[in-house]
Amino acid sequence: MTRKTKATAAVVGSGNIGTDLLYKLLRSDLVEPRWMVGVDPGSDGLARARRLGLETTHEGVDALLAGDELPDLVFEATSASVHRAHAPRYAELGIRAIDLTPAAVGPAVVPPANLRAHLDRPNVNMITCGGQATIPMVYAVSRVVPVSYAEIVASVASVSAGPGTRANIDEFTRTTARGIETIGGAGRGKAVIILNPADPPVIMRDTVFCAVPEDADRAAVALSVKEVAEQVASYVPGYRLRGEPQFDDPSPESGGMARVAIFLEVEGAGDYLPPYAGNLDIMTAAATRVGEEFARALLAPGA
Amino acid sequence: MPYSDTLDIRVTDSSLRDGSHAKRHRFTSDDVRSVVAALDDAGVPVIEVAHGDGLGGSSFTYGFSKTPEQELLRTAVETARRAVIAFLMLPGLGVKDDIRAAHDNGAGICRIATHCTEADIAVQHFGLARERGLETVGFLMMAHSTTPENLARQARIMADAGCQCVYVVDSAGAMVMDEVTDRVQALVAELGDDAQVGFHGHENLGLGTGNSVAAVRAGALQIDGSTRRLGAGAGNTPVEALAAVCAKMGIRTGIDVLKIIDAAEDVVRPVMDEECRLDRLALLMGHAGVYSSFLKHAYRQAGRYGVPGAEILLRAGERRLVGGQEDQLIDIALELAAARN
Repeated sequence: MTRKTKATAAVVGSGNIGTDLLYKLLRSDLVEPRWMVGVDPGSDGLARARRLGLETTHEGVDALLAGDELPDLVFEATSASVHRAHAPRYAELGIRAIDLTPAAVGPAVVPPANLRAHLDRPNVNMITCGGQATIPMVYAVSRVVPVSYAEIVASVASVSAGPGTRANIDEFTRTTARGIETIGGAGRGKAVIILNPADPPVIMRDTVFCAVPEDADRAAVALSVKEVAEQVASYVPGYRLRGEPQFDDPSPESGGMARVAIFLEVEGAGDYLPPYAGNLDIMTAAATRVGEEFARALLAPGA
Repeated sequence: MPYSDTLDIRVTDSSLRDGSHAKRHRFTSDDVRSVVAALDDAGVPVIEVAHGDGLGGSSFTYGFSKTPEQELLRTAVETARRAVIAFLMLPGLGVKDDIRAAHDNGAGICRIATHCTEADIAVQHFGLARERGLETVGFLMMAHSTTPENLARQARIMADAGCQCVYVVDSAGAMVMDEVTDRVQALVAELGDDAQVGFHGHENLGLGTGNSVAAVRAGALQIDGSTRRLGAGAGNTPVEALAAVCAKMGIRTGIDVLKIIDAAEDVVRPVMDEECRLDRLALLMGHAGVYSSFLKHAYRQAGRYGVPGAEILLRAGERRLVGGQEDQLIDIALELAAARN
């Protein structure tokens, strides 16, 4: 029997995120999307998946999990409550879950910072779009100098913020702030999200402030930031630093802290979602990256 | 219909919240004690206290507070004998725990602000505030930037979420009287008896008091101002002038005109670093429709990067920045500096 060259995957949730994710997975050398699961027979995502040759169902995960063949990986793009119900079933069947909802059943992963730490886990969570965009930068600074406090501002186009985000904006800021601390490595984290309704829609912008020691090696910090930005850009091509990191000496308004400010923009690949929705693109691109790392581990000789 | 048996409108003084921008968030407990005592004595019924950007605003992006805002709130509550202490919070920046802390510290009115097209991000916060028995006010910021019809739809979202008074907030000080009238009328028509309507003005076109009178005539029952204009941009509607104008027009505010005139001169002015002036940048903000709180940040980045503050603000207008995007002013200054080299 020839050895498998790709891990098989199911995308659960056929909305905007699930459909955009499908296009990214179809380009992967390590993951083969075979199933797309929805609950709406009229779903555009399911229709597209069918045309692309996937097995589809609009009867939810029951149909998928009762099938003769089970996926190695499942990508969940439904909602937090739905994923909480599905997660134990995936785990029981030995299916690795990559969770794009806010359910946080498993540990949060941000590819350049902590992905390899969780490759043995049955379930990982993709945190938030703001977290995927900014935590790599906090990590880039904190691996060079101690960061006592970090703060991020994520600005996204109003039309790219779905009803789930809008109804739970506190959870977004709190989850992101926690990730800045636990994954980014900051002593304390704060996150701000701004919805901008400008028309035509604006692309995602992120600003990352890190408190750094006054005598920090600024060149080393700047170099680390560029390195990690390149790592993120390898799976999110539209991820860009806007100019050089900016260093400021302590002042009363900065709470007496020296700081570095990093400015980013995230343009989407335009797979299914429009290019301005870099905040959604970075979620599906990072999830693809995580799936590939799981696949690599599953496919390794002796695995 | 009047606000109550004794008041035609209820005035909220925002000098200890909106004025935080002008003070670069450096208020002390002594400042709060003296201002609250004077306003309370003059009969101002509601006094708002918080970081300029609301609870949780103390940050790199907006400027760190010299004194923790919850401490300032506690001081205000201890000082006030008649006035109710209010606070502001912006969903996406502040969180529900901030509301709980402010309530525990004795504040009575929770004011929740969103950009004028994004009211639905505040639903969970209005729910919490009402659950805890706080009086609620909703702020639809940058109200000049959308139509009266859209604004009324957003006001409905807030009212349905538990907001008891929705404000038309002229954050950029960009509205002229007819625009105020149209928006307030649209909200009054939409909300009926479900919620009151308020107006929060700025002086960037010199129209704070005039716009407030237009709002009252259109049916607004709550009006914001800041004694001595102590607020962002060119400042807010001066409460002492509003009280005097209302007295002449027979609009009952409950504020003692002579006492508030003295408070403005003798108590609030000494707390201020400088007068809030209708200068070039402030006027440009009103003209171009730019969020008033950007003013001090534009000055700072202009100095830091050697580029004109006016260009920063004009580009902020072109980019259609909304409240909270102060970080982008640095990005704009960098862009301008790069273009010069």
